[in-house]
Amino acid sequence: MLTISTGNNAVAAAVREAGTGVVAAYPITPQTEIVEQIANFVTKGSMKASYIPVESEHSAMAACIGASITGIRTFTATSSHGLLYMNEMVNWAAAARLPIVMANVNRALGPGWNVWAEHTDSLQARDTGWLQVYVATVQEAYDATLMAFRIAEDRRVYLPVMVNLDGFTLSHITQQLEDVKIGDFIPPLVLDHKIDPAHPGGYGCMTSSVDYVRIRSDIERSMRDSVEVIRETEAEFAKRFGRSYSWTDDYRCEDAEVLILSMGTLGKEAEVAIDILRSEGVKAGSMRVRWIRPFPNLDLGDRELVVIDRNYSFGFGGILAGSIRAKTGKTCYNVIAGLGGQEVTYHDIASFVRNRKIGTEEWFGVKI
Amino acid sequence: MYEIRLHSRGGQGGVTAAKLMALAAFRDGKYATAAPFYGAERRGAPIVSFIRIDDQQIKIYSQIHQPDLVVVLDSSIINLVNVFDGLKPDGKVLINASEIPKAASGYKSYCVDLTGIALKTDLIVAGSPILNTPVIGALAKLGLFSKESARAAIAEMFADERNLKAAMMAYEELVV
Repeated sequence: MLTISTGNNAVAAAVREAGTGVVAAYPITPQTEIVEQIANFVTKGSMKASYIPVESEHSAMAACIGASITGIRTFTATSSHGLLYMNEMVNWAAAARLPIVMANVNRALGPGWNVWAEHTDSLQARDTGWLQVYVATVQEAYDATLMAFRIAEDRRVYLPVMVNLDGFTLSHITQQLEDVKIGDFIPPLVLDHKIDPAHPGGYGCMTSSVDYVRIRSDIERSMRDSVEVIRETEAEFAKRFGRSYSWTDDYRCEDAEVLILSMGTLGKEAEVAIDILRSEGVKAGSMRVRWIRPFPNLDLGDRELVVIDRNYSFGFGGILAGSIRAKTGKTCYNVIAGLGGQEVTYHDIASFVRNRKIGTEEWFGVKI
Repeated sequence: MYEIRLHSRGGQGGVTAAKLMALAAFRDGKYATAAPFYGAERRGAPIVSFIRIDDQQIKIYSQIHQPDLVVVLDSSIINLVNVFDGLKPDGKVLINASEIPKAASGYKSYCVDLTGIALKTDLIVAGSPILNTPVIGALAKLGLFSKESARAAIAEMFADERNLKAAMMAYEELVV
């Protein structure tokens, strides 16, 4: 059915449609609507799941780990300080090879206290073994959440997936949403290493470096195998439901001489900037990077690159720009913009391209 | 693209009004987005929401700086915030008031007593008159969306018939 929804409610609707069995969560702005809505579904009986209210985000992920390891479909949602607080368990979930799906509503970190959009929270979790996708529309938040379960639960992956959406900018905006009847798109979860509560066993004991290295390398092998699983899942989703997704969301890139690379809603706003630049005769295109883990192979050719980072790694630079430099060997003009919900309009984005100085970094709105 | 900036106070239903506007436009077959701007919100503080309506998919997430229409749910905000900031030369203003405030006289302004309508229809929650459904009727009269889509949007979000009644009263009372 075609209707309207906020980003948060779209995620909640997808979690219900996916047949999720356990949700353990702790509320935090601007994520609260997601778990509030799921709690409503469970209370009113439209979702047959156990909803576990817990006393902290650390406990939320611990409860998800306990549920997931029995082979049940498990979800949680958090944001910002909540994600940081659960970080120990976030690492654990991946290393225990549990296909948990989490929505992270991207929000800046304090102090100064700030509840608005920024990607530094989830990017701090980029080395945990979680797959990470970043979305830009209400529809994509819904679709990506559904696909996340199928990708995570694939035997070739068995890793958790984090779906990231911009705080307020996407979590609270109302846009149109077409929901789906999921059918058998997500097969029943079969977790080979599940623990049967009736016959309890345990693992995670002291591990020698020999086994530890094998376990770690197996995470990376699955991360590499996930590339094919993501491709298959997105292709199957397009076939069944008519909406196509890929590693990047490309706009007017074919003949582009300069590319804007960004993540999240800024990547959609960038498309409006591209139209303006094109009307001025600038052959520009936008490539919105969706998947950060596994990091995609980007075909950038010899085009000039303007990379917008809504995040920062102090003493290093923008994380997307740094990743692109590391993976492609290409230099870029790195603009740090949108931190703490800083207003960045399509006019601003167009001016980033007009004023690009390849090989330099600039902070939008301030001089350092 | 038609861009609307909605000014209200926390607790008056501005966020819901913005959603209803998007839904009514959507039921007209348009694309629409409604984005409340969240500051340190609390009951009574001035807040603002942005609504965009277009025939094509809307890709803009930033704030509206040059609105086609400004809607003011609480006329006392006019003394605190420059609600007319950036209003397009041919832009319109809709104010919840029984007469057009002096500050709005230089603009293409319209007024309707939404608070009075809410009181008359007993549309009161926790002691406050509800303005978000009556304003939808007034906006339909202004031509933002059809009367049918306004009714459909309200019926979709609220079962209580007083909402629809108040909206239709606002539709009748607004003089355009």
